[in-house]
Amino acid sequence: MTWVNAVVHGILLGGYYALLATGLSLMFGVMRIINLAHGSLALVGAYMTFLVAEHADVSTYVALVPVLAGALLIGYALQRTMLERSLRSGELVPLLATFGLLIVIANVLQRAFSPDVRSLSAGSIGTASWRLTSSLTISWFDVLVLGIAIVVLVGLQLLLVHTQAGRELRATAADPDTAELLGVNSRAVYARAAAIAVATAALAGVFYAMRSNFDPSAGPTQLIYAFEAVIIGGIGSLWGTLVGGIVLGVAQTVGAQIDVQYFALAGHLVFLAVLTFRAIAQAGAFRSFGKVVA
Amino acid sequence: MTALAPRPTSAPVRVERWTPLSGVFTAALVVLVVVLAFAPRLFGQGTLDNLVELYFLVILAIMWNALAGYGGLVSIGQQAFIGIGAYAVVFLSVQHSLNPYLAMLLATLIGAGISIPIAGVVLWLRGGAFAIGTWVVAEIFAILVSLDASLGGGTGTSAVLAFNLRYTPEQRLRNTYWFALAAAAASLVILFLLLRSRLGAALQAIRDDEEAAASVGVRVLFGKGVLFVLAGAGCTAAGAIILAWQLSILPLGPDSVFGVNWTAKMIFMVLVGGLGTFEGPIVGAIVLYLLETYTATPLGVWYLVMLGSIAIGVALFAPKGIWGTVQERFGIQLLPVGYRLRRRA
Amino acid sequence: MTTTLLAVERIDSRHGLLQAVREVSLEIQEGETVALVGANGAGKTTLLRTIAGAHRPSGGRVLFAGEDVTGVPAYRRARLGIALVPEGRKLFPELTVEENLRVAAAARREGRWTVDEVLEAFPLLQPLRRKRAASLSGGEQQATAIGRALMTNPRLLLLDEVSLGLAPLAVEALYHAIEALVAGGTTILLVEQDLARAMRVAGRVICMLEGRLVLEGEAARLSREQVTDAYFGLRTGATAGGGGA
Repeated sequence: MTWVNAVVHGILLGGYYALLATGLSLMFGVMRIINLAHGSLALVGAYMTFLVAEHADVSTYVALVPVLAGALLIGYALQRTMLERSLRSGELVPLLATFGLLIVIANVLQRAFSPDVRSLSAGSIGTASWRLTSSLTISWFDVLVLGIAIVVLVGLQLLLVHTQAGRELRATAADPDTAELLGVNSRAVYARAAAIAVATAALAGVFYAMRSNFDPSAGPTQLIYAFEAVIIGGIGSLWGTLVGGIVLGVAQTVGAQIDVQYFALAGHLVFLAVLTFRAIAQAGAFRSFGKVVA
Repeated sequence: MTALAPRPTSAPVRVERWTPLSGVFTAALVVLVVVLAFAPRLFGQGTLDNLVELYFLVILAIMWNALAGYGGLVSIGQQAFIGIGAYAVVFLSVQHSLNPYLAMLLATLIGAGISIPIAGVVLWLRGGAFAIGTWVVAEIFAILVSLDASLGGGTGTSAVLAFNLRYTPEQRLRNTYWFALAAAAASLVILFLLLRSRLGAALQAIRDDEEAAASVGVRVLFGKGVLFVLAGAGCTAAGAIILAWQLSILPLGPDSVFGVNWTAKMIFMVLVGGLGTFEGPIVGAIVLYLLETYTATPLGVWYLVMLGSIAIGVALFAPKGIWGTVQERFGIQLLPVGYRLRRRA
Repeated sequence: MTTTLLAVERIDSRHGLLQAVREVSLEIQEGETVALVGANGAGKTTLLRTIAGAHRPSGGRVLFAGEDVTGVPAYRRARLGIALVPEGRKLFPELTVEENLRVAAAARREGRWTVDEVLEAFPLLQPLRRKRAASLSGGEQQATAIGRALMTNPRLLLLDEVSLGLAPLAVEALYHAIEALVAGGTTILLVEQDLARAMRVAGRVICMLEGRLVLEGEAARLSREQVTDAYFGLRTGATAGGGGA
């Protein structure tokens, strides 16, 4: 694999990360909840699709449909039962409650499905690739994932800007109390956002399972990557999440190009570097601003 | 307009730190520690082994509570220090032939030292970003260690040589027991003194409202830094004890010393015991210890599911934890870290 | 025959441990304009928020058009026709003026108020349709906030200190629009610090002090002195020896 190939691969990988991170970004942007179980929920999507595909003897793509519907319901229910309640006790508690959920999901999955490594069939697209030049090969599947990620992001953006539901969502995210005064049921808005978040997570989880092997312990790792993508791209911006995903993807694939074992490490180091740089820039900006004013 | 009421000649309330109950309890605690020091004479190997586990759980709980309960810093990466502690002891005692207990002491200092640059990176972050940032730091350490062949790489390493060449298994257990007891007691004492000091009041102010605290001159970053270094040192000590206790360690996987399951246990202990109270983490550690000793083997994989579910339940329905609820209901404080106002008779 | 649109019966409301509203009862007829005056901390905002459903009372009842709405959450009260323009305007900063207005469609009420109608009533907003709310001036924000509440086509409009922090010219323009609303028959309960304005625009005046209702009467029949005395808690017609520096 050459460097160019690695970078292109990283960009395509970024599409997957963006899709995975969208739900995380949405939940944080609207409800200020950091769902540490997000990666685990994505994995549940993969396992559910596996179950449906096996038992109904259909392709992964067909199995996706009921799984996504189920994910919408799960997200809605999760918000109305657990997340809504945990928010009342302050910002710390949702972190703790979702962490508990992460542990529960990882271990229930392990019990239900055994620690064996599995993979979901991606059909003929899964193996198809496109040889651009002698050193650059692109997998059709990766392009599909990036394409779907962009479609989802565009769709969300359109929803937020051009529909009443989107306006209510943005209003509730800014000021839930005032939104209520205008007739907006903020709890329902939050639940809808959570539903979308879990559904996109499940979709991303299925794609993950199709492109690589997965096992019950994969949830936390994917969560870290998703979170890194969100933070690199800037919290609160949907397109920032795409950028963040791509930066992370490229960092990882380039790192892997140097040494296969450096894949995750490279991503982590870039993540910390971006954070530190941004934090220093913020602190520096405030300090110099203070000097000008004082 | 009537004139203002005359000012009383002496304040109608008195500020106290100790109550009779807390005095008695603190004295009892000191006696208990002394008695426990004689445990090797009183109890068998199995009990000593269990007590070592209880002690390092207490240390971990106290440290996590110090960060989250008193500093508002939710860290999911303290396992970085547990791993650093364990591997530092191996490095010093196996590769450099240091006495393992001396190595454990040095490891604690090393951990405290490493926590400073880490603090420099992560303390800028808030809330969820801080949480994930600390986790990423732990993952980085885990990966670096797993890539280092001299430390055993991905398959792990052990300190069997360092201990068994010098001590019999009974001696190892005894010495580890005393080290663990001393470390746990020291952690309690240090945190106690810290909370009673001016910095302690500052920390509580930071926890309640960071900006307000900063506006009255509290050095927020310094306060958080002190907590972070203390927690780093404490978790490193715990990691060293864990190494001495189980002898072989792994850098990756669910049972690794760098594993996020350690944080799961810390969160459980502090949540169930009582976040932000002094006695809470001790209560939580005892609860976890009892659960682990009596339910872990029969439950198998469901053990962690149970722990996670209890954590969720407590977070949703009883966020104050056992001790927090007791303290709120009865106003008891067994260890005097707060202030009380008492009306003069 | 006018109907009693709003009936507040012995409402008690707390702010944490502080009793902000004590046993307040009042009635508002459809089509009336009532001014609620009082010093800072008298409980006016809390009372308004309790009526709108943003604050739960610890005692008493709120009846709207004969129905007991005491337990009804705020968003459903908006759908019933109670609209509150909150203190401090509270626009959604990143949404445009038009988007702020259109959020109110959540109240699902039909009526004469549409985006175009609001822009006609507040012409200063016409060039600002697509501007971010955060970039507006105080007067423009207040107009948007009132327009946004109107977009819910309310039966009862609650205005909380709409002139606060605004330049005199902006206040003039605002009250011009409010007077048009009054003339149009909208039922209004407004909190206002400026006594003169309050008594000019309202048919009835209510004064609160430390959580209680201390004075109530027709604006035309009350004198400035009566209201001022009630405002500050001084006894009217005091005997010698009371008051003083």
